[in-house]
Amino acid sequence: MTAETKRLLTTSKAISEAIAQEMERDASVFAMGEDIGTYGGIFGATEGLLAKFGPERVMDTPISETGFIGAATGAAIAGMRPIVELMFVDFFGVAMDQIYNHMAKIHYESGGNVKVPVVLTTAIGGGYSDGAQHSQTLYGLFAHLPGMKIVVPSTPYDAKGLMISAIRDDNPVLYMFHKGVMGLGWMTPNPRATGHVPEEPYTIPIGKADVKRPGKDVTIVTLSLMVHRALDAAEDLAREGIDAEVIDLRSVIPLDREAIIESVKKTHRLLVVDEDYRSFGLTGEVITSVIEGAFDHLDVPPARLAYPDVPIPYSRPLEQFCLPNRETIAAAARQLVG
Amino acid sequence: MPSNDTLRAMHRQMVRIRLFEETIQQSYFEGKLPAFDIAAGPVPGEMHLAAGQEPVAAGVCAHLRPSDTVTATHRPHHVALAHGMDMRRMAAEIFGKDTGLGHGKGGHMHLFDPATNFGCSGIIAEGMPGAVGAALAARKQGRDDIAVSFFGEGAANQGAFHESLNLAAVWKLGVVFVCEDNDWAISVPKAKSTAIASNADRAAAYGMPGVLIPDNDPVAVYEAAGEAVARARRGGGPSLIEVKTQRLLGHFEGDPQLYRTAEEMERLKATDALHIFERRLVDTGVLSEADAAEAWAAARAEVDDAIGFARTSPYPQPSDALLHVFA
Ligand SMILES: Cc1ncc(C[n+]2csc(CCOP(=O)(O)OP(=O)(O)O)c2C)c(N)n1
Repeated sequence: MTAETKRLLTTSKAISEAIAQEMERDASVFAMGEDIGTYGGIFGATEGLLAKFGPERVMDTPISETGFIGAATGAAIAGMRPIVELMFVDFFGVAMDQIYNHMAKIHYESGGNVKVPVVLTTAIGGGYSDGAQHSQTLYGLFAHLPGMKIVVPSTPYDAKGLMISAIRDDNPVLYMFHKGVMGLGWMTPNPRATGHVPEEPYTIPIGKADVKRPGKDVTIVTLSLMVHRALDAAEDLAREGIDAEVIDLRSVIPLDREAIIESVKKTHRLLVVDEDYRSFGLTGEVITSVIEGAFDHLDVPPARLAYPDVPIPYSRPLEQFCLPNRETIAAAARQLVG
Repeated sequence: MPSNDTLRAMHRQMVRIRLFEETIQQSYFEGKLPAFDIAAGPVPGEMHLAAGQEPVAAGVCAHLRPSDTVTATHRPHHVALAHGMDMRRMAAEIFGKDTGLGHGKGGHMHLFDPATNFGCSGIIAEGMPGAVGAALAARKQGRDDIAVSFFGEGAANQGAFHESLNLAAVWKLGVVFVCEDNDWAISVPKAKSTAIASNADRAAAYGMPGVLIPDNDPVAVYEAAGEAVARARRGGGPSLIEVKTQRLLGHFEGDPQLYRTAEEMERLKATDALHIFERRLVDTGVLSEADAAEAWAAARAEVDDAIGFARTSPYPQPSDALLHVFA
């Protein structure tokens, strides 16, 4: 692709563009949440939508999360396709019952007769000293609860295609964007948060991982902002002659186990990198899938780097100690190869 | 009417809160400009300041003792200082230092102080049930200590608000619920989130007195809080006080505030309750100009000392992150 044909967008612009295009295409799509109207969403995911579609289709809500998240489920069952945002995933506790006992279970409880096409959007992740209640990722927690699909894009291109797929999906989809991949002007600059996004609508299948960097020596499975960190680490490793393959899961549910196993069959080494808490979560699930599906192909025991099992501390040196980063990812990969 | 000593003490309280927060604000922007980077500088992360809301903290906390429990929100500094939190250890926590209240684990939205029975939460309305529990414990332990829960008008639409009021009322607990109505929940004005004009009216639904203070006047807050605190202390049950206060700054520092008009910002500046109160005390002879100047100078010295302490304190060891998960 030549530079002239590139259409560069940040991830947040890619998401709001996807929502706008679906709202134009389908009158049953509407958006609601806290500060999504005039403010455009604290992380910009709904920027410009109020001006385009008006307050009937882009609704600022009171701070009544059980109410409006539950209402999204009710409206979806009644034939609408709501997109409902709750700013930070850390806040989901206040509306948990509506999410995991209702949104996620009604289709199953109805024996498949009732559909709940809600897209529940939220920001995840830390690294900027926002403390224990504003920095978690928590997709492992929601992935444990059957009935919701979960997408966690890392690039503007994926973000748009996955949002369109999520809106068109007949199931509840939890759409989680890391604050660090949004390309926001007030976060630490991240060149990987801006990229080519075609103007015309397109979909990316939910449940399909993407090889963000092909390699033959070690497979690094990760997602969200950690994809960026892993790609940085892979550049360092390449200079040492280690060729790392970086797999971006993009979806947690369904998990693309085939893509992971395929890669491990080629590299024979597995490192899983995750910003979510270490125990009982994504890293364990990925490693188990490989043990079950490609055990004989592993040359060395699989390794994982994740957030230690502690709440997220505020102070910078404490938080940075806990987070996987370029150096620790490269070191872990080196050890597997070495 | 509060005594002249009390009026002067409330003035001093409001002044030290304002100066503390102004100094935190300056520190916050260090290292973040010209291109704002929320992760940079000596005070990273989100920062919610309470300029304009000092009358609520000063008027209510004037009636409290350290053994009374206070819970606050993501915007906690004014309440913490008014309730007697050590300014040095509070500043150190905001700077993420080992000498901070929580050894840097909590940060500005998570200040916990056993010495003054203070706690706060970044989750809207979720500090309220804890206040109910503190009042319940006081009764079980035979103490006449009470609990005060501060929250914004936005929080009054969250389930925890309604559950907490009902619990406190049905168990007749010594809780004072203080709604700081600054008219804004981030970018959403109260009129767009709340179908009635006054949250004080909601008190009736739970069987407790509800009082509206319409004008951010520290004296009116002091008087209403005096009654509510006395009632709570003598076992008379909970009360709800709503104060129409003012958010002079953005929701958080760095908030572009495109949702507010220039006229509103001008009006706020002209009606800054701290300056109006100070003028009134001087005009009525409660405070001399020299007293007023002395209050600002004393606060300046106290704040500089606290911020200096915070700046020069060491950071915790990185691996200390793994401590304190369990007792
Ligand atoms: C449960 C929950 N929902 C949403 C938020 C995000 N949020 C933080 S502050 C805020 C507005 C709060 O408004 P108000 O209660 O009036 O307090 P103020 O900020 O005006 O002091 C919101 C929506 C949160 N922290 N917790």
